Amino acid sequence: MLLEVNNLNIEFYDHDLPERVVNDLNMKLDEGEILGIVGESGSGKSMTAMAIAGLLKRHDMKTEGEILFEGEELLHAKRDTLRQYQGNEISIVFQEPMTSLNPVKRIGWQVEESLRIHRPDLDSSERYRRAIEALRDVELDQPELIYKKYPHELSGGMRQRVMIASAMICEPKLLIADEPTTALDVTIQLQIVKLLQRLNREKHTTILFISHDLSLVRRLCSRIIVMQNGIVVETGTTEDIFHNPVQEYTRMLINAIPKLEKPVI
Amino acid sequence: MKKKKAYSTNFIIGAVITGIVLVMIIIGFIHTPYDITKMNSAVKLAPPSLKHLMGCDNFGRDIFSRVLKGMGNTFVIAFATVTIGAVCGVVIGAFTGFFGGWLDEVLMRINDVLFAFPSILLALVFVSIFGTGKYNVVAALGIAFIPSFARIVRGEFIKYREMDYVKSARLAGVSQIRIIFVHILPNTMTVLLSSIMIGFNNAVLAEAGMSYLGIGVQPPDASLGSMLSESQTYLFSAPWYAIFPGAMIILMVLGFSLLADGIKEK
Ligand SMILES: Nc1ncnc2c1ncn2[C@@H]1O[C@H](COP(=O)(O)OP(=O)(O)O)[C@@H](O)[C@H]1O
Ligand SMILES: [Mg+2]
Repeated sequence: MLLEVNNLNIEFYDHDLPERVVNDLNMKLDEGEILGIVGESGSGKSMTAMAIAGLLKRHDMKTEGEILFEGEELLHAKRDTLRQYQGNEISIVFQEPMTSLNPVKRIGWQVEESLRIHRPDLDSSERYRRAIEALRDVELDQPELIYKKYPHELSGGMRQRVMIASAMICEPKLLIADEPTTALDVTIQLQIVKLLQRLNREKHTTILFISHDLSLVRRLCSRIIVMQNGIVVETGTTEDIFHNPVQEYTRMLINAIPKLEKPVI
Repeated sequence: MKKKKAYSTNFIIGAVITGIVLVMIIIGFIHTPYDITKMNSAVKLAPPSLKHLMGCDNFGRDIFSRVLKGMGNTFVIAFATVTIGAVCGVVIGAFTGFFGGWLDEVLMRINDVLFAFPSILLALVFVSIFGTGKYNVVAALGIAFIPSFARIVRGEFIKYREMDYVKSARLAGVSQIRIIFVHILPNTMTVLLSSIMIGFNNAVLAEAGMSYLGIGVQPPDASLGSMLSESQTYLFSAPWYAIFPGAMIILMVLGFSLLADGIKEK
């Protein structure tokens, strides 16, 4: 077992009424598997991802429950403890490739940043070598050229690959992909999904794939968690969910897949 | 390879003027044609000539030499003032903007109070407590300049701290200090540079103003402001006495304004 989330509750206090955005969430992730979280926007998927990645240390919110990563409690861990994991054991890729890269820093610098933090023993030529390798791993042509470019010189799909490269450079055990394809064209979406599949197969990276697009989730994930209003309403293997959805909500999500894109099993 | 974007006309003119000003300042530091304190009653209020390019003042001192030296004094004071204001302002603005919370509230209220006073008034109060002189003027103006820098930088940090790439950096385990100074600060450079230029102009004017009021650079040392102040009695009998220091203040300010515009447009 790589990750175990028990009774996770997340509440916001930044408005007059406290707002519970994740309610009693439980989930388990085995090493090497790809788990999907689906649900409409606003259902609490990103908040769950942030909690696992340790980004929910804010004074206007309350978190309860526990998040165990290889047995270590992370939800209430100290910031310094968390930082040992972030980017090193657990990485995350966001939805927006246009804003996820620092506009004033070169691509290479950004890809190397995790190495600078977590592998201070490496010298700059070794960092360079690994950055080039990471860029090649995400199927970017001419990584040496891309290394020197600024984000605005790359397309959305290329940037998302760069994001994946910098997330993977320390070879984390868990990669969280929060709607990584939502902002991209359909053809690029499929390429990214295939890339994630390959990384999972070759590097045995466990992936938590968050999406509201069930057709992608179906291609990629072996198990699915369905969320609605901060509550897990259904969970099961991909086949079960698609063949016998128990909840009306799940059926609705499945029916939202455009017919043409629906892959044939 | 992509071609670098061409500089605007404003930027080029600004750079040329600032270049001339800087050369004059450097010459003033190395060598002046005459000793700036040496009086010579034979040439009292002499008009510009080949011997005295900008004429002489009421003590018969060479105005050109005093302008060179005075520009240097004005520049150094303005530079030191802006450095104090910008460094403290950046640190305060960066931390309050990035972390928010009660520290932000407290510091920003103090800032509002300081901001409400014109900086020259604040500096006057400071000088009346600690005394006149170059260094007190630098300290006074420097402190008076902190709020405006802090405010600008804070605004930038509030904007950037929520950016996805800052979130990504946090999630890569980057420390908060490194995020502030390595990831966010370079993004604020354009805004910061142009406010440094504007701040520099305000400092030149404030120094001139304070020396004009007699609380800045003390005689017999020269600054552009003090020369302007001493010259007013002779405005009609020896207009060159006022015109040259005044023109130099305008040149310095104009040069930096144009540079600032050029940077903003880029
Ligand atoms: N700062 C906040 N204060 C209060 N509620 C918030 C805040 N940020 C997000 N939320 C709420 O949390 C809920 C879950 O959001 P999110 O996890 O981003 O959804 P998803 O990723 O599934 O689209 C939403 O209803 C959203 O309105
Ligand atoms: Mg989301």
